[in-house]
Amino acid sequence: MSIVLYIIVMAGVTYLIRMIPFAFFRKKISSAFLRSFLFYIPYAVLAAMTFPAIFYSTGKPVTAAVGTAVALGLAYFRLPLIAVALAASLAAFGTGFLV
Amino acid sequence: MRKHPEFISGLTAGIPIGLGYLSVSFGFGITAVRLGISVFSAFIISLTNLTSAGQAQGVEIIAAGGTLIEMALVQLVINMRYALMAISLSQNLDKSFTLRHRFIAAYGITDEIFAVCSTRKKPVTPSYMYGIIIVSSFGWTLGTVLGAAAGELLPAELISAMGIMLYGMFIAIIVPPAAENRKILLVILFACALSVVCKYLLTFISGGFAVIICGVTASLLGAWLFPVKEEEKK
Repeated sequence: MSIVLYIIVMAGVTYLIRMIPFAFFRKKISSAFLRSFLFYIPYAVLAAMTFPAIFYSTGKPVTAAVGTAVALGLAYFRLPLIAVALAASLAAFGTGFLV
Repeated sequence: MRKHPEFISGLTAGIPIGLGYLSVSFGFGITAVRLGISVFSAFIISLTNLTSAGQAQGVEIIAAGGTLIEMALVQLVINMRYALMAISLSQNLDKSFTLRHRFIAAYGITDEIFAVCSTRKKPVTPSYMYGIIIVSSFGWTLGTVLGAAAGELLPAELISAMGIMLYGMFIAIIVPPAAENRKILLVILFACALSVVCKYLLTFISGGFAVIICGVTASLLGAWLFPVKEEEKK
């Protein structure tokens, strides 16, 4: 399939999700269940995307595991996103020379 | 310059976001090229989508030759949070934010831009939001192109190691709130467990759908078992 079609669908859906509520929504969501569901969605989706895929992200499970551990540790201490991402990458890179 | 104070203050507020995006999208560019996507396509994807998680999963689907339905559903679920942010942001807009401006500015609703706009004391004007969006979008697309192009110049070991960058960023987003809020932590652990089950046991489910199933199931369970009170949200 042409990549153009993929990109159109990808960009179109992403835009509509942002645009429709931004342009037309005027009320507040009142359902506590729906609010809770929407509150958890980003965490659940990011977690499902990250694990276990992160262990395959560098080509070697060992370097990826070290990078993951570093990311978890630094994220726990609330370092900025960029610092965590770069440190995880550097840790994986460094481990690559040892194993 | 004095004529456009809102636009200038938007540009200024966008600088840290743009710099952050530059380095993270570098990782996306590398990933995209490694999956067989051209530098130009990666550039267009970043320019038209302006989102990390959706793009990361999107290029996986393209590389795996997934269906367009899968692509649409995956983007819908992963980016559903933007709908919530858009609703929240729509309550704090300046009167000058007409429908036409909303159509344009909606493009730039991302986690970071939302965070900056929604914590602003004054109502958000179109000029202010455009300022932030221009700087952020520039950083995001430039980083993508640099990463995609450098993918061929940098040593293979370094490129492989950078594949973890986007995931590192996701961890940095979810860990601090999880450390503070046990409910979020449990939902995250449940999503991880489901994801592992999908990956190793239910292997017939493709990666994109697995993310939807795990994310939605874990969130539904969270909403059912631990409903969130209004004051817990930030």
